[in-house]
Amino acid sequence: MGELLVLIDHSESEPRKVSLQMLSAAKSLAEASGDTVAAVWLGPGADAAAAALGSHGAQKLYHWDSEDALGYVTLPQVSALQVAFETSGADTLLFASGNHTKDVAARLAIRLDAGVITDATDVEVGDDGRLVATKEVFGGEMITTSKIADGKHQFIGVAANAFPAEDTGGGAPELVALDVTLDDAATASKVVSVEKQGSSDRPDIGEAAVVVAGGRGLGNESGFELMEQLADLIGAGVGASRAATDAGWYPHRYQVGQTGRTISPTLYIGSGISGAIQHRAGMQTSQNIVAINKDAEAPIFQIADFGVVGDLYKVVPKLIEELEARKG
Amino acid sequence: MKVLVPVKRVPDTAGEKKIDPNDRTVDRESVESVLCPVNEFAIEEAMRLKEQQDAEVTVLLVGPESAQPVVRKALSYGLDAGVQVVDDAVVGSDALGTAEVLAKALAAEEFDLVIFGNQSTDARTCLVPAAVAEILGLPALTYARHLEIDGDQITVHREHEEGWDVVESSLPAVVSVVEAINEPRYPSFKGIMAAKSKPLEVRSLDDLDVDTSRVGSDNAAAIMYEFRDRPPKEPGTIVEDDGSGAAATQLADWLVEKKFV
Repeated sequence: MGELLVLIDHSESEPRKVSLQMLSAAKSLAEASGDTVAAVWLGPGADAAAAALGSHGAQKLYHWDSEDALGYVTLPQVSALQVAFETSGADTLLFASGNHTKDVAARLAIRLDAGVITDATDVEVGDDGRLVATKEVFGGEMITTSKIADGKHQFIGVAANAFPAEDTGGGAPELVALDVTLDDAATASKVVSVEKQGSSDRPDIGEAAVVVAGGRGLGNESGFELMEQLADLIGAGVGASRAATDAGWYPHRYQVGQTGRTISPTLYIGSGISGAIQHRAGMQTSQNIVAINKDAEAPIFQIADFGVVGDLYKVVPKLIEELEARKG
Repeated sequence: MKVLVPVKRVPDTAGEKKIDPNDRTVDRESVESVLCPVNEFAIEEAMRLKEQQDAEVTVLLVGPESAQPVVRKALSYGLDAGVQVVDDAVVGSDALGTAEVLAKALAAEEFDLVIFGNQSTDARTCLVPAAVAEILGLPALTYARHLEIDGDQITVHREHEEGWDVVESSLPAVVSVVEAINEPRYPSFKGIMAAKSKPLEVRSLDDLDVDTSRVGSDNAAAIMYEFRDRPPKEPGTIVEDDGSGAAATQLADWLVEKKFV
């Protein structure tokens, strides 16, 4: 009977969707292993989030309320998470496979001589009680099963949307404050400011259930207004192919593909995207793929669940009209 | 200023990848290997520092002799020198084992700045830059979409899901760059020719102060023990629009049937 730590990724006082998904996964893992699910919240906001974390499976909540968690780059969070490991005696960590959380996991893994598996799409308890993680490699062409060597801490990075977030009505978690002391190195790299970009109402493509993506076939920057219009109608995030971001039609951080983001939404709708291998490497694990492209030979149609061969400037406005009508 | 750019050899994304069932590493015979495309952004950023601040840039690769063309490719962009760590004991290392080798290879050089790509196109764990920085006791300013150096101070715009953080630190430091940072140049003919005669030093683990307890397949903390190809997809429904956009009705029906709307 130990504790299973879940590092909560959050935007200010709001846990990200992936954090609630991880808690739900942790809850079923803990039921199999007999562990307690302990969430770890670094930075202000733990009190406000406690109820939501508890209802998704957190029985305990380690928190460090200091602004330093966000005021300096990575290292204060590494120190605080290390304290959480020491306090709890935990062996296992689930963390969100996001950019900055991977840095926290990598650094702490070096300190604790842990093993790390990132971007797991499934996690189970194996016969020996150790975790077994499934992940997709080579842009989703291959599926692998991995574990961490015996005797080492297990750090498992969980991919967004790998698990459903289930509100199982759990009560408030037991709150435990972490006593963290930072050395000079931890505060050597300062966060001077935070620049937020884009619509805060639109979900991030990494965790959106639906992603609407546009490519070279849009022909120009204003094509993305159409993509955004469709996206906002169905609550989707907006992505782009590299051809579109390189042309300057949409910011690079929305680029889906081998040099950009990897996404696995429930539904991907690509317009004017041919589906070159470099793009497919970032999206072919999407559960359902819709393609709208005027070239019937475009490779995207080979992986499409539903494809429309046609002019996207005719099809997409009509689709918006149809969907609006059905929404009433 | 001295800049080091660690690069990786990866299987070509367009190639058909196979895993060798004996040691569960990528079967390099079966697929063309290339310089990781994300490294091109790191090389470009290093070249800008070379041109603007007279930086001396060395490329570093950990990999077998057969990976030398990748070092030469990196040099063809105009970098000054190469270091390659060649040692059979490295084969099968996980990301943290690779980080140990890279960190000690970096420590054997003098540097002010290390520029990684934020991810490799094959494994995509993104763990290596931060792990290397941890081993070296340095700041890791990762996912840089913009970087500026002023004396021994560095400012980086670190990309994240909602935008970016502006962060400041002092050198030496480790950074990783995302593709938003620049538009990589192509190697010139002159660069390609010059790359052939640029200095390239080869080192083994014995030359470096590597903690071998982390390195190699026997010491990998993350163990991949099963792999399979992704099952082929069932062919989907493809409809042809008549030019009026009317096919959108069928798509809307499908979306409703699948309960997406």
